[in-house]
Amino acid sequence: MTEKTAPTYETDALIAEDIGAYLEQHQNKELLRFITCGSVDDGKSTLIGRLLYDSKMIFEDQLTALEADSKKVGTQGQEMDFALLVDGLAAEREQGITIDVAYRFFATEKRKFIVADTPGHEQYTRNMVTGASTADAAVILIDARKGVLVQTRRHSYLAHLLGIKHLILAVNKMDLAGYDQSTFDQIVADYSAFAKEIGIEEFTAIPISGFKGDNIASAPSANTPWYKGVSLMEHLETIELANAEARKRPFRMPVQWVNRPNLDFRGFSGLVSDGRLKPGDDVRIIPSGKTSKIKSIVTFDGDLDEAIAGQSVTLTLEDEVDCSRGDVIASADAPPEAADQFEATLVWMSDEAMKAGRGYWLKLATQTVSATVQEPKYEINVNTMEHLAAKTLDLNSIGVAELRTDKPITFESYDDSKALGGFILVDKITNATVAAGMLHFSLRRAQNVHWQPTTITRDDHAERKNQQPRVLWFTGLSGSGKSTIANEVEKQLALMNRHTFLLDGDNVRHGLNKDLGFTEADRIENIRRVGEVAKLMTDAGLIVLTAFISPFRAERQMVRSMLPEGEFIEIFVDTPLAVAEERDVKGLYKKARSGELKNFTGIDSPYETPQNADLTIDTTQMNPVEAARYIVDELIAKGWR
Amino acid sequence: MSQSPASKAPETQRINEDQGKLERVRGIEPLYLAWKARALPLCYTRPLVDAAACHHRRPSVNKTSHLSSNLIKFHASFTAQSHSLFAIVAEGFSSSRDMANGLTHLERLEAESIHIMREVVADATNPVMMYSVGKDSAVMLHLARKAFYPSPPPFPLLHVDTTWKFKAMYALREKAAKDAGMDLLVWTNPEAEERGINPFDHGALHTDMWKTQGLKQALDHYKFDVAFGGARRDEEKSRAKERVFSFRSASHGWDPKNQRPELWNLYNARKAKGESIRAFPLSNWTELDIWQYIMLEQIEIVPLYLSAPRPTVERDGMLLMVDDDRFPLEKGEEPVMRSIRFRTLGCYPLTGAVESEADTLEGVVQEMLLTTTSERQGRAIDKDEGGAGMEKKKAEGYF
Repeated sequence: MTEKTAPTYETDALIAEDIGAYLEQHQNKELLRFITCGSVDDGKSTLIGRLLYDSKMIFEDQLTALEADSKKVGTQGQEMDFALLVDGLAAEREQGITIDVAYRFFATEKRKFIVADTPGHEQYTRNMVTGASTADAAVILIDARKGVLVQTRRHSYLAHLLGIKHLILAVNKMDLAGYDQSTFDQIVADYSAFAKEIGIEEFTAIPISGFKGDNIASAPSANTPWYKGVSLMEHLETIELANAEARKRPFRMPVQWVNRPNLDFRGFSGLVSDGRLKPGDDVRIIPSGKTSKIKSIVTFDGDLDEAIAGQSVTLTLEDEVDCSRGDVIASADAPPEAADQFEATLVWMSDEAMKAGRGYWLKLATQTVSATVQEPKYEINVNTMEHLAAKTLDLNSIGVAELRTDKPITFESYDDSKALGGFILVDKITNATVAAGMLHFSLRRAQNVHWQPTTITRDDHAERKNQQPRVLWFTGLSGSGKSTIANEVEKQLALMNRHTFLLDGDNVRHGLNKDLGFTEADRIENIRRVGEVAKLMTDAGLIVLTAFISPFRAERQMVRSMLPEGEFIEIFVDTPLAVAEERDVKGLYKKARSGELKNFTGIDSPYETPQNADLTIDTTQMNPVEAARYIVDELIAKGWR
Repeated sequence: MSQSPASKAPETQRINEDQGKLERVRGIEPLYLAWKARALPLCYTRPLVDAAACHHRRPSVNKTSHLSSNLIKFHASFTAQSHSLFAIVAEGFSSSRDMANGLTHLERLEAESIHIMREVVADATNPVMMYSVGKDSAVMLHLARKAFYPSPPPFPLLHVDTTWKFKAMYALREKAAKDAGMDLLVWTNPEAEERGINPFDHGALHTDMWKTQGLKQALDHYKFDVAFGGARRDEEKSRAKERVFSFRSASHGWDPKNQRPELWNLYNARKAKGESIRAFPLSNWTELDIWQYIMLEQIEIVPLYLSAPRPTVERDGMLLMVDDDRFPLEKGEEPVMRSIRFRTLGCYPLTGAVESEADTLEGVVQEMLLTTTSERQGRAIDKDEGGAGMEKKKAEGYF
């Protein structure tokens, strides 16, 4: 037994004897990051407290405070409650549970450790995923008296999903289970069966008592003579680091920053994510595909002969090739791919549910692009691993879906590279991190679907109408005057013998979009369909005028990107909310204010003002006819014929 | 290679030959001259020398003899100290290993911090580095120089000055900025200055006005959108949960319940107008890591961290240094020369010293590891309002 009671706390003798030798030992330690998974009752905080205590990471004043706290709020009677060492935030101390990810540090003679301490309840799945994303190993706690529970399965699944290779099954509270071998063996057998089901190849099971200290620092404890393995600490000291695996892969470095102190130096700074490199190595810049050779590996401490995964360096290349933040410098003969459509597993982390079709920022390595998520193929029940049909993903749900990005990104499967396969999604309005994702593979749909070439081309259609197709996209608040002005513009164009068509918001909703409501997801789909229709009409050579509130920048941008450059003219009908509300032509503002109408733009749904509208109409300064004349004049002035 | 093996080896050789002069190195008066550790930088950035040649210099560690910890007196261990210092020099070198092996934890921490700094610079419009002149700031500044080399760090340093820092801190402040080729901005709260707020008469108000309010004013004045801070997660319980990128509302408040998840090494630096970010590149460093890195990288720190005879008075159980003649002596109080050093540095009238003989970095680390009280004990801030002191202060906008 390693039980210790009062602080008869001895620091490492080497510190006093030979501080130099101690420091040398510490300097050369490796770093292992692991996560502990378990629920409140599994004794997780107690175990971490115990690890800190046994590795002598607790100071005297902390111990004194701990003793006092143990008596005051402890749950272990007169004995030390190690859990109090690690439950940090005031709210948690009162509730007695851990609600966020906390990082703890300790070291043994061989390694330094960073522990991500995360809560175990299902409502904290996102916290666990966060902690697991950087972990080399996961310690999964099981209460020996309870055996493999639903939560054990969930924690194991999540750890496996995040690609943690080393799972440690810590069967805790053995003291309360009489240190019984058959109890332990049964739990291991149950867990093996489950692990195989979800594809976990191997795990290590250790019988422990966090409270009493059995098999934590050394093994076997006198209480478990039947246990033949190593202690938890010894195991953590010897497992292979994830970083070691990354080093065996082909070289990749996502470029963070271009270093240009003067005209003579152009370096590319980044963290080597995979593999190793030497000056003279052939490299390829992805996505451009340009090749060059490494000229030098520059650091503050002098140029290096070699760099390996995990190092932050600055590279110079032999050739003047284009390369900037977001590009990946990779080994020339085994570079990663670039694509714009993917399948991925998503873990939703926001209170606001996923919106299929909405644009999110996607950040992968140093690349940030706009991405839309399709309706999930299925959601995964994290307790049973069943696949369920789903239309969206809510907070803490996990699902598989397709994503499309607005331009190709350099990627690898998450199984191969965490650095190039793991990504986050960011809400464009709230800027919150809403999801974590793991890429599976690219969908080569773009290459599989070929466009049907038509004999009469787009240009032919336009030529026969003697005009240049355009989409005049009117956006603005309800009642701002979009339809009225668009109507006036169409009349003037008719007088000029132009072939036009006006797509009006209300009218489209009577037919094409009558299945859509006013939720954010439906509004996005509404605009998408209108955009596609407008595009077909411009293909037919028409000038299309649209009058839709289209409140979100991302959706307007989406339509703009569907059309050839210059054909999308964004016209912002700028009427202040107060003025539009006062006009209230259709009586809608009144209804919205009274709560009869939900999700009304300007009242309880946002309107994102255009930042770079092609034209802006101030309706407090112009009447509709003047506005229409101004628009036509401006377009002609811009070279439109 | 700009620093070849040839240029580095002779220096080591010299140190080795000068073994007999180590006493002199140790005895450098550290009061007004910034003290530099005598050790070699992180080995992976250095070329490999003949490991076998170095090997015999390893001190033999006699694991069988154990000193009872309560018998250890720091001065007693000094005879062994010259060897220890030496061991570090030799080991920093001989432990250079083949690249087939992995990185040490310090190398990984360094790479991670550099990665964070570059991400900030790529995403921020107007970043700044908070510089307190303390040892953590020194490490952070050193990492910034590494992150952007050969460019100077592309942001200024900001010191929120209370006018009550130690003189030695002011001396190093200017030099450190100059050495790094960076602009140094110093902000003093004009209101605190006008009202003559000082730590002797105003207690907690002093910290609030000069530091908390001063920081907010400075960030608002210069419109910085990201500020680097040197906080570490091991410092204090509430910091264990702070993100690397920590968001502050337009009024600089921190909401611990509403933090963004941080996965892998992907940081989301998007923010609304008026919001700002505190970025903590040293999040995963521990106090021991900081000291060890200072030694290995020969980072210049304020000499007050090392012991020397200094004029002191004892007040309310704290040992205070009489750093200048603004210190109002009470009746019968007479400054006494004591051999002291500081574990943290702040305003001199608020910073308690410890009596110590440790005048080398190794000695300081040794004391730190043996004197089992946590680092912040010397500072008054955490003791307010029970264990949740810092959490509360942060919610109010303290860094």
